[in-house]
Amino acid sequence: MGDYLSGLWTVFETYNVLDAFWVNIQLTFWAGLFALALGTVLAIMRISPIASLRFVGTAYVNIIRNTPLTIIMTFMILALVFQLALELSSDLTTSFFRFAIVGLAIYHASFVCEAIRSGVNTVPLGQAEAARAIGLPFLDSARLVILPQAFRGAIAPLGSVLIALMKNSTVAAAASVTTETSSVMKVAIEFNPNYLLEIFGVFAIGWLILVIPVGLLTTWLSERLAVKR
Amino acid sequence: MSASVLFDAPGPRSRALTNLFNVLGALVFLALLGWVVYILQLKGQWSWTLWGPVFGSEFWLYYVWPGLQNTLRSAAFATVGAVVFGVVFGMGRLARNRLLRTASGAVVEFFRAMPVLLLMIFLNLAFARLMPQVEDRPFLAVVVALILYNGSVIAELVRSGVLNLPRGQGEAGLSVGLTEGQTLRSIQLPQALVAMLPALLSQLVVVLKDSALGQIIAYPELLRSVQRFASGNNNPLQALLVAAALFIVINWLLTVLAHRLARRLSSRTAGATRVVQTEAAVLPGGAATGVDGPDDGGPRPTAEP
Amino acid sequence: MRKHTTAVALAAASALALAACSSAEPGNTGDGDGGGDTLTVGIKFDQPGLGLQKGAEYVGFDVDVAKYVAGKLGYDEDQIEFTEAVSANRETMLQNGDVDMIFATYSITDTRKEIVDFAGPYFVAGQDLLVAADDDSITGPEDLEGKNLCSVTGSTSAERIKDDYAEGVELVERPGYSECVSALASGAVDAVTTDDIILAGLAAAQEDPTVFKVVGNPFSEENYGVGLPKGSTDRCEEINTAITEMIDDGTWDELVATHTEGTGYTANAELNPPEPAACA
Repeated sequence: MGDYLSGLWTVFETYNVLDAFWVNIQLTFWAGLFALALGTVLAIMRISPIASLRFVGTAYVNIIRNTPLTIIMTFMILALVFQLALELSSDLTTSFFRFAIVGLAIYHASFVCEAIRSGVNTVPLGQAEAARAIGLPFLDSARLVILPQAFRGAIAPLGSVLIALMKNSTVAAAASVTTETSSVMKVAIEFNPNYLLEIFGVFAIGWLILVIPVGLLTTWLSERLAVKR
Repeated sequence: MSASVLFDAPGPRSRALTNLFNVLGALVFLALLGWVVYILQLKGQWSWTLWGPVFGSEFWLYYVWPGLQNTLRSAAFATVGAVVFGVVFGMGRLARNRLLRTASGAVVEFFRAMPVLLLMIFLNLAFARLMPQVEDRPFLAVVVALILYNGSVIAELVRSGVLNLPRGQGEAGLSVGLTEGQTLRSIQLPQALVAMLPALLSQLVVVLKDSALGQIIAYPELLRSVQRFASGNNNPLQALLVAAALFIVINWLLTVLAHRLARRLSSRTAGATRVVQTEAAVLPGGAATGVDGPDDGGPRPTAEP
Repeated sequence: MRKHTTAVALAAASALALAACSSAEPGNTGDGDGGGDTLTVGIKFDQPGLGLQKGAEYVGFDVDVAKYVAGKLGYDEDQIEFTEAVSANRETMLQNGDVDMIFATYSITDTRKEIVDFAGPYFVAGQDLLVAADDDSITGPEDLEGKNLCSVTGSTSAERIKDDYAEGVELVERPGYSECVSALASGAVDAVTTDDIILAGLAAAQEDPTVFKVVGNPFSEENYGVGLPKGSTDRCEEINTAITEMIDDGTWDELVATHTEGTGYTANAELNPPEPAACA
């Protein structure tokens, strides 16, 4: 029993679970920020008066949404780093980490865009008509009337995208980020197969702790902030 | 809300302005594209020795086709399994027995919170340790991981599908003397399932995309299969682009099919068919979120907005 | 627009369907009955120069050695069934009888010998570095300080360099060697590491085999053996005889030369050609 516990202790001394989760949290935070920005721009493009912008927005969403994230992440490294020789840091490991953020942001922006569009759909027609009636041009009516209401209506789907993003941050493994949870868990189990279930258990609990509060929070927020109609 | 109520029909000035920006945008885009093409040219990535093999029959017969078969096979098994899992646990969550309801809920919430990749890697290692005699362990790991996750999502779809049927459906069942269980099985569930079909199709897109995670545990699905080809031809980028194009075409066809189906099925059920918007918002690694469909992606007691 | 794209998609789909109809199953679905008239041999499918699937064919040094040995054991080439032996699965495949023997850059180690038997070695490789041909700054693992080094995911070879030779090396892990090689070609990494003969095979697979060079300063010793199920002493001896014959009649030299052609690579002469070890 003593051996068992000290063995288990050694495993988690060697593989720092908190550090691994911190990597996923950082990936999620930055990718979430960029995805929100890009997704909002895409959503505006998709409801804008300019046909070419609508086309670009639609094409982006349709292509990115139908591509496996694994492929996008591999593409980040194979095409952008290896061929186009783009650098986001002089240090290769940091560069991979940042490209993983870019890949996650590009992928999830398409879902953010759709979430916001679904929020736009919760805004009654009269609101847009009223905005036009008082003479607001498109960008002003989007900025002042439509989007503020749309965001509040889109909190639930945006929360879903955030949770998906958190979980998908493990796919950074395909962009050579080896410090995130799924890669660390893999190595930990491979070198300590006797603690298979224990190691998985610890990582699983970590994910529950990370994901469930976000789920509850977005539900609470979406109920609180929804525009009552 | 259609976009057109947001703005007036453009006048001559804004039309001219739009055209100007279109031209500028196109120029910027072309410049960027030219730069990419140029750099790739510098790196020799347009060489026919790299592209040629991708158009040869060997690539399609021995790498793309077997890889695609493996992708589709794992997706097919995973989808069927996930539907079974989802119906069982979805009914479990609607059961009158409190214990059954709580247990089903716990299972569903647990697997919805797990990253599929984490689950896949764990299962692959667990199978290697617990049942080394099974040959096709990566395949099993991919399929089981996809079933557990997508099954949990479908369980939520089933539950919300039944709860969102008009009350009259259940009441009618009870009033003709059916028990609650009979009402659920013979009236509510069938309608909920029909209403779910489009959402299931979009879920298939999620399954197909996630099956590419199998690449990371060395399951020879499409992506890994073309990468294997690349190791003999030194063209990983070219092979990757072909795999990406295939995934996009297949998933896009499935999405289009989902919308067609949603339109056709709306008359067959009292429930709302899920993918009603022209764009189904397929959540990443999550459920299909029709605009008025159930949202998903995380544990949330009330699935409907 | 919509109609048009649909048509394109349909065309693509029907092209797929056509490919489906004319496809023949590749011969890699060995049922692994292990015996009877066929010999099931586990090889690598993705290592140029050693074991590589090329359409319905398999090519490489390991493949040719396997064919030679199988020939000496009385099997024609069409009686050999090649199946993929991924590194992590090799012991299991032998234990389960999925394969009769394995030629897959399979190093003889004491831990492995506890659960499987080995004939050979038929080649002694060593961990080495692949660099651009005009790069003279890297002559050994010590020179990797501050450089970028690529290896495949899950191999411990890169870790070894970081631990023993150059602490400041930047490690890149990719799922396949082809990705590492393309990174080396574009200059994103400075070196690729694994066993020297594998590196030579990668270099030989380039359109111009002289763009890369194997540094030629191996810093480990990997004895490639023929993996056999535990308790195959008789077969092990037969295989050892065949290997000795192959070395004596000059086939061995010829095979090494063919599969590393144009790269200027020569096998470490102190250890090669090896003397097969006695069977347990």
